[in-house]
Amino acid sequence: MPRLSIRKFLNNKITAYLLAGIFLLLAILLGIAIGTVSVPIPIIIKIITGNLFGTLRAEHIDPMYSSIVMNIRLPRVILSGLVGASLAIAGAAFQGLLRNPLADPYTLGVSSGASVGAVITLFFNLTIPFVGAFTLPLFSIVFSFITIFCVLMFARKIERSMRVETIILTGIIFSSFLGAMISLMIALTGDELRQIIGWLLGSVSMRGWVYIKIILPFFIIGSIILIFNAKELNAMSFGEERAHHLGVNVQKRKLIVLSAGSILTGAAVAVSGTIGFVGLVIPHLTRLIWGPDHKHLLPLSIFIGSGFLILADLVSRTIISPTELPIGVITSLIGAPVFAVILLQRKRIERSGKNDA
Amino acid sequence: MLSVQHVSGGYSGKAVLKDITFGVEKGELFGILGPNGSGKTTLLKMLSGILPFQAGEILIDDKRLKEYSPKQLAQKVAVLSQHSSQSFSYTVKETVSLGRYAHQRGLFQTWSDEDEAVVQRVMQHIGVSTLQNKNIQELSGGEKQRVFLAQALAQEPEILLLDEPTNHLDLSYQKELFDLLKQWTTENHLTVISIFHDLNLAGLYCDRLLLLEKGVIKVNREPNEVLREETIRAVYRTNIHKFPHPKVAAPQMALLPERQKSAQLVVIQEGMLQQADELIFLKSPVPLRTMSSGVIGSGTGWYQAFVNRHVDKDYNCSDFRQDMADFLRKNGFEPSETVGMMTAVTLEDVEYQVFETDGFSLFAVVTAGVGNAVDASKSELHTFEIVPGTINTWVFVNGDLSEEAFIQSIMTATEAKVKALHDLQVVDEVTGTIATGTSTDSILVAATQTGMALDFAGTITPLGKMISKAVYQCTIKAIQKSQKRKKACSAII
Repeated sequence: MPRLSIRKFLNNKITAYLLAGIFLLLAILLGIAIGTVSVPIPIIIKIITGNLFGTLRAEHIDPMYSSIVMNIRLPRVILSGLVGASLAIAGAAFQGLLRNPLADPYTLGVSSGASVGAVITLFFNLTIPFVGAFTLPLFSIVFSFITIFCVLMFARKIERSMRVETIILTGIIFSSFLGAMISLMIALTGDELRQIIGWLLGSVSMRGWVYIKIILPFFIIGSIILIFNAKELNAMSFGEERAHHLGVNVQKRKLIVLSAGSILTGAAVAVSGTIGFVGLVIPHLTRLIWGPDHKHLLPLSIFIGSGFLILADLVSRTIISPTELPIGVITSLIGAPVFAVILLQRKRIERSGKNDA
Repeated sequence: MLSVQHVSGGYSGKAVLKDITFGVEKGELFGILGPNGSGKTTLLKMLSGILPFQAGEILIDDKRLKEYSPKQLAQKVAVLSQHSSQSFSYTVKETVSLGRYAHQRGLFQTWSDEDEAVVQRVMQHIGVSTLQNKNIQELSGGEKQRVFLAQALAQEPEILLLDEPTNHLDLSYQKELFDLLKQWTTENHLTVISIFHDLNLAGLYCDRLLLLEKGVIKVNREPNEVLREETIRAVYRTNIHKFPHPKVAAPQMALLPERQKSAQLVVIQEGMLQQADELIFLKSPVPLRTMSSGVIGSGTGWYQAFVNRHVDKDYNCSDFRQDMADFLRKNGFEPSETVGMMTAVTLEDVEYQVFETDGFSLFAVVTAGVGNAVDASKSELHTFEIVPGTINTWVFVNGDLSEEAFIQSIMTATEAKVKALHDLQVVDEVTGTIATGTSTDSILVAATQTGMALDFAGTITPLGKMISKAVYQCTIKAIQKSQKRKKACSAII
């Protein structure tokens, strides 16, 4: 039974983290190395370690390489990695909480809410004093928050028990409504059109280190909160009532998880625009390979999600270079077929498994 | 252990439950019954702390339910619901381990050796250890429910609440689950409170039952008191019949289907009795409620064919039941639907007659031989030795008999037979006194259970009078015929 041994190997948690780590590292190195100017991997390592420890001696390395790595590619890779990680872990948490592999920041309307916040900032050219550059992400996050709570309140109004289907349907209603709001603003806009559209299509290019500073605190806070609620997520994925019976303070935990998920989504949308499919496919894929235990699912989703988005970004800027494709297009182009194949394969395994028994 | 005091409440302001008060003792298996919409599940949700109640108080170990934190409550009370949704493929062990959530402390909620030990012990006890690395989505319904039971017990609760836990599960699993729970209540003093849809299951296992009707407690007592025909009929608004469990002291209930009004009344009469070479038989178009002492189909039941088989005087078969079943099958009768008797009497001497009166009729069939006549009052003097010579009495009543009437019919028929033997001066050859019957007599009372209700069959009731007359007359004639034949035989010899 080779399949069994493979599964055992994959199930081993240390192996899991090792594999996920290697995947992320490879993605980072490839993301930095490949482009209009190729940078050899040893040089990348030298530049990065040098900058980290301040031991870089200029004479050993071409300053062009150094500039490409430190000012263009590395921030871009880190940003896409953080965005991918945020979307993936938020998706994993939403899926666990709502007990449905279909749930993700998109289906719940959170992403649309965040987009509305960002578009409003751009449309009215808002800048809040003392917040400055953080106005847009702040608005995105606040709007994603407002959206998720509106969705939940609405769902509760429809049905007290807040069945998952109801929440998802409500999310879809909100998504369409908010999408229309965005379209309205686009239609009314003049000069900022390009800016808004460009932002909406989703991109991690030319963002620089500033954007990393914007997303990083939210990513760290959101992820830590979610990882500390892994046990509760496990319990809640068996249904809220059961979680309650097991001793979970469901209302409180649900609020915490939804807030953390919204922070992550809002922050990700704020820095990169709307990038679809990561929040849906990555948790699903991770769960299929390593099981649904959130203690491991959440961290592993971070690794896989960031690696995936780095690669997607790599593809988006190299495939028809020098033109850059919106990264959201790539994630969906890769994500959807992969998702379909996984689903088919799983069905097949399930069927054959049943035949064995 | 658990005390519910004047609790009222329900959903969105509408009171489903009104002024509910009861208590449950430690180690009790307590059942909650009631028709759909009577508030069973609402009550259970309140007990488990999911649904707030508007008035009253629920005390667990003398502490108010509201004062428990979710974790504290989960250490006291565990819940097993009808079915649990599992959207993701956790393994059995991961699922059971979640039961330890309430016992884990600290920020990191580390998994202690004790947690592991409890989980392993519970899985062992419930019999899911071998499944522990399996995916719960691959399990059968019964196995899944067992896994969730293990999860609930891993909480080490003092009270286990169950919401129709055996719904959708097959018979063997229902029994298995409650056998297990019963064991836990007696051995580990676990208190179990369960909702039941199945009255019989409740009657079989519960120490006490609470019957709810429209949100109010109707009765709260031991099963035998709660499961009374009148009560259940009134609360569930349906026709049921109570009967004792055949093997254990527990009340059971049977549903009574509405009879089709158009179904024609079947009347058992002479034309249905047929004779063949080795047997006399009566085939009824519908099954008859029967009480008999036949070789096959004895006791009470519903039977459609009635066979009196002739065997040789020297018939001796160690497994006469099997022999009888084979015989019946060979002659085209289904043993499970047949009452079969044996006699060594010549079947031509059968005596039968229809007796009619206002509203009902009966048909009596008697074969009699008295070569083995015994005086019951002196039967001690007899050695156990079966000699052919048997009185087989069949009474078919075209009426609706109560249980009492069945037993009284047998008494009345027996008295009539004794009198017949007395009047014919049949003598017990061992003691020389007047015989009361033979040592192998058999009786059968069968009724169509349609038509006139006949609640009693004592000797002076209408039915009793008919049976006395019928059995007396038929027995006399049958004995006379048999005696005549004997005399003729001996004359020839």
